[in-house]
Amino acid sequence: MALDSKIPSGPLADKWTKHKNEINLVNPANKRLIDVIVVGTGLAGGSAAATLAELGYNVKAFCFQDSPRRAHSIAAQGGINAAKNYQGDGDSTYRLFYDTVKGGDYRSREANVYRLAEVSANIIDQCVAQGVPFARDYGGLLDNRSFGGVLVSRTFYAKGQTGQQLLLGAYSAMNRQIGRGKIKMYNRHEMLDVVIVDGKARGIIARNLVTGEIERHSAHAVVLGTGGYGNVFFLSTNAMGSNVTAAWKAHKRGAYFANPCYTQIHPTCIPVSGDHQSKLTLMSESLRNDGRIWVPKNIKDVEAIRAGKLRPTDLAEEDRDYYLERRYPAFGNLVPRDVASRAAKERCDAGYGVNATGEAVYLDFAAAIQRYGKEQAHIKGLNENDAALVKKLGQEVVRTKYGNLFQMYEKIVDQNPYETPMMIYPAVHYTMGGIWVDYNLQTTVPGLYAIGEANFSDHGANRLGASALMQGLADGYFVLPYTIGDYLSDDIRTGPISTDSPEFEEAEKNVRDNINHLVNNNGSKPVDYFHKKLGKIMWNKCGMSRNEKELKEAIEEISSLRKEFWSDVRVPGGADEFNEELAKAGRVADFLELGELFAKDALLREESAGGHFREEYQTEEGEAKRRKEFQFVSAWEYKGEPKDALLHKEDLVYENIEVKERSYK
Amino acid sequence: MNLTLKIWRQKNAKDKGKMVNYQIADVSPDMSFLEMLDVLNNQLIEKGDEPVAFDHDCREGICGMCSLYINGEAHGPDRGITTCQLHMRKFKDGDTIYIEPFRAKAFPVIKDLVVDRSAFDRVQHAGGFVSVNTSGNTQDANAIPINKQDADAAFDAATCIGCGACVATCKNSSAMLFVSAKVSQYALLPQGQVEATDRVLNMVKQMDEEGFGNCTNTGACEVECPKGISLENIARMNREYLKASLKG
Repeated sequence: MALDSKIPSGPLADKWTKHKNEINLVNPANKRLIDVIVVGTGLAGGSAAATLAELGYNVKAFCFQDSPRRAHSIAAQGGINAAKNYQGDGDSTYRLFYDTVKGGDYRSREANVYRLAEVSANIIDQCVAQGVPFARDYGGLLDNRSFGGVLVSRTFYAKGQTGQQLLLGAYSAMNRQIGRGKIKMYNRHEMLDVVIVDGKARGIIARNLVTGEIERHSAHAVVLGTGGYGNVFFLSTNAMGSNVTAAWKAHKRGAYFANPCYTQIHPTCIPVSGDHQSKLTLMSESLRNDGRIWVPKNIKDVEAIRAGKLRPTDLAEEDRDYYLERRYPAFGNLVPRDVASRAAKERCDAGYGVNATGEAVYLDFAAAIQRYGKEQAHIKGLNENDAALVKKLGQEVVRTKYGNLFQMYEKIVDQNPYETPMMIYPAVHYTMGGIWVDYNLQTTVPGLYAIGEANFSDHGANRLGASALMQGLADGYFVLPYTIGDYLSDDIRTGPISTDSPEFEEAEKNVRDNINHLVNNNGSKPVDYFHKKLGKIMWNKCGMSRNEKELKEAIEEISSLRKEFWSDVRVPGGADEFNEELAKAGRVADFLELGELFAKDALLREESAGGHFREEYQTEEGEAKRRKEFQFVSAWEYKGEPKDALLHKEDLVYENIEVKERSYK
Repeated sequence: MNLTLKIWRQKNAKDKGKMVNYQIADVSPDMSFLEMLDVLNNQLIEKGDEPVAFDHDCREGICGMCSLYINGEAHGPDRGITTCQLHMRKFKDGDTIYIEPFRAKAFPVIKDLVVDRSAFDRVQHAGGFVSVNTSGNTQDANAIPINKQDADAAFDAATCIGCGACVATCKNSSAMLFVSAKVSQYALLPQGQVEATDRVLNMVKQMDEEGFGNCTNTGACEVECPKGISLENIARMNREYLKASLKG
């Protein structure tokens, strides 16, 4: 099937308005006759479910957690971008669009990104109307901060809990509709297949995670807001339950999977401490507003620090290498994530890592504490030369800005970051790749939609900070609820979809066979054994830098690990009960397929772009080198084994932005 | 460290349940409490036993999914954290640790340490929202200036993660801290005023119907709350409730 991105004609700035004016609508009386399933209740799924219900559709929403409020969007820390230009610093829809396309290393779709920038301002209005308590200044107006890869302050925030506040906003909108009976909520349910009837997505098979019951649910359309697949690396900043299963099952039923190799490795996470580690914790990018990143200039100081003979605070200014400020004077500590991560890896590979494992750099707030302290002393008319007072005042400012992050750090590492610099290292955080969608956010399966991190469209090869929240809510509140109407307008006379069809029968049998195999396998190793092993392969061979030889090895290793998994995994307990090991086993089984496709995609992409860095393709200064012949989206069609996946290309056309070397110097 | 764990095991909601002893060796002080349970579970699986069921997800203290009553305290012996942020350095070699589920009539046990907290969701369905449609036609965000102190206080109330530690800790199993946090968030903001009367009446009514107990102002909830939600919220909700009752 040829890919049709269905981008509306006309000038870029008019496309979305024109499209909304031209698509078909469903009248309010008919909306009552139409059912929509939304899987996942994060920012994308939650906002979509609420809005679809407000419009009048009957919504069934599913999440695997015990409440929709717990979806992993809740953990987003730093902020949400919007082209409001409240700061009067020259921001505009075009500039947000430009920054996003450039930040994505010219690998995203122009029309989608422009629409995202266009609706961004509405999101802030909407959330404030819902009672989301964003940070405000003393005049009572909304405050902003800066994020990486941009030269304006357009990030709205609620301390270090922006994701939480936005998700609770979407959750409250859902609650209103649940209370009215327009959303039927299924907590602790996991989608295990999508059902296709006459070529259209018409329902899902879900497992009730409490009773183990396998359920059939039908609808006129299915929306996946099921997040990213960073947990294919085992260690990531994702929640333990975050998984690719819904997206992967959709892929197996005909939805193309796009750019699986585009992964975001976030530069500022708490380093790995040992083999027992189950997940990694992010320290928000917002910290780079005030924190300076450095390692010692001299190897002897590195050794002394590792041996515990020297404290970082004892090191003189001239003996420190603020390598981001040195290499990228224009953006300094606020370069985009892919650039900052690679620079940290470069220093650590060269032997300058500051912890026992050699995989950590410093993120230092001493200068900010000084700066804020002096400012406060001045405002309060106190002695600006009193070092202890200045430090105390400065620490208070830092506490109000980042208090919860500093507390998290202290609890995990057992060091006080107000007194000594944080140690950080890059970790897997977000996946730009995902299910291929057209301009309407519809996948290659009619009636099946993908929104938020689950789709691929807006961030290209690298996502800018504070743009995930923006995209999730844009898709869910303002894009999908309109575009899906165009599709559903054909369904006003269809009537309820029966679950009593051979298609539902077949899908349910599939699910049951899989589960029965897993619980009766009687192997010798727990699920975690395989997940950790897969994670090691991914991190070592498909991580921050990749090359042809290792990618080929990864494909072989993942494929044989998958075989071993199916023959030797041990899943205790039964199928008809609460059984977390069984749920985990199903998810890891899908990661073991996705991982191979991921490596295959990375092997195909013989260029470096954003988060995808191929060692063979770099500039003399070690920066990513894009290649014109790879200016396309790779969309993979399922053909059985991952190695047989069939490549389709969507060429990326840039008419409104000049494609040039991405520089942050 | 070597530890003795006494863990509540209960096959399902109907099972009576009991404490079971486990020994665990070589626990690193840098492990989180849940990572220690991961190690235990993998050892149980390899021995052919059933692992201990417990709720968890984000493992960074924000989703509110993890629970556990550890040595008689919700989220264990440290303050201002959830169980997933508790690290083993808070324990000593040779310690015996008691691990139980959050217990309350309104939180029935599903299995082992997993409880059903959907009562919290139902309280929110009753009024935990501002009735505004996502039309995209709301007024400009800065058209509603909000005094910084009020905005900050609303934010502090809104940081509740809905974990249920307040209920588990309270001798009456009262949900007042949880419910008042949501009522307060909206009571402090102009956006919440229009529906203020109905909100507090409906949410309190639902809270009572779910079987949560009454508040007797012992303040235990505030002490154990991982997010430091203040008792002032309960006082504010009581004022809101009184105001609404007189109106209604």
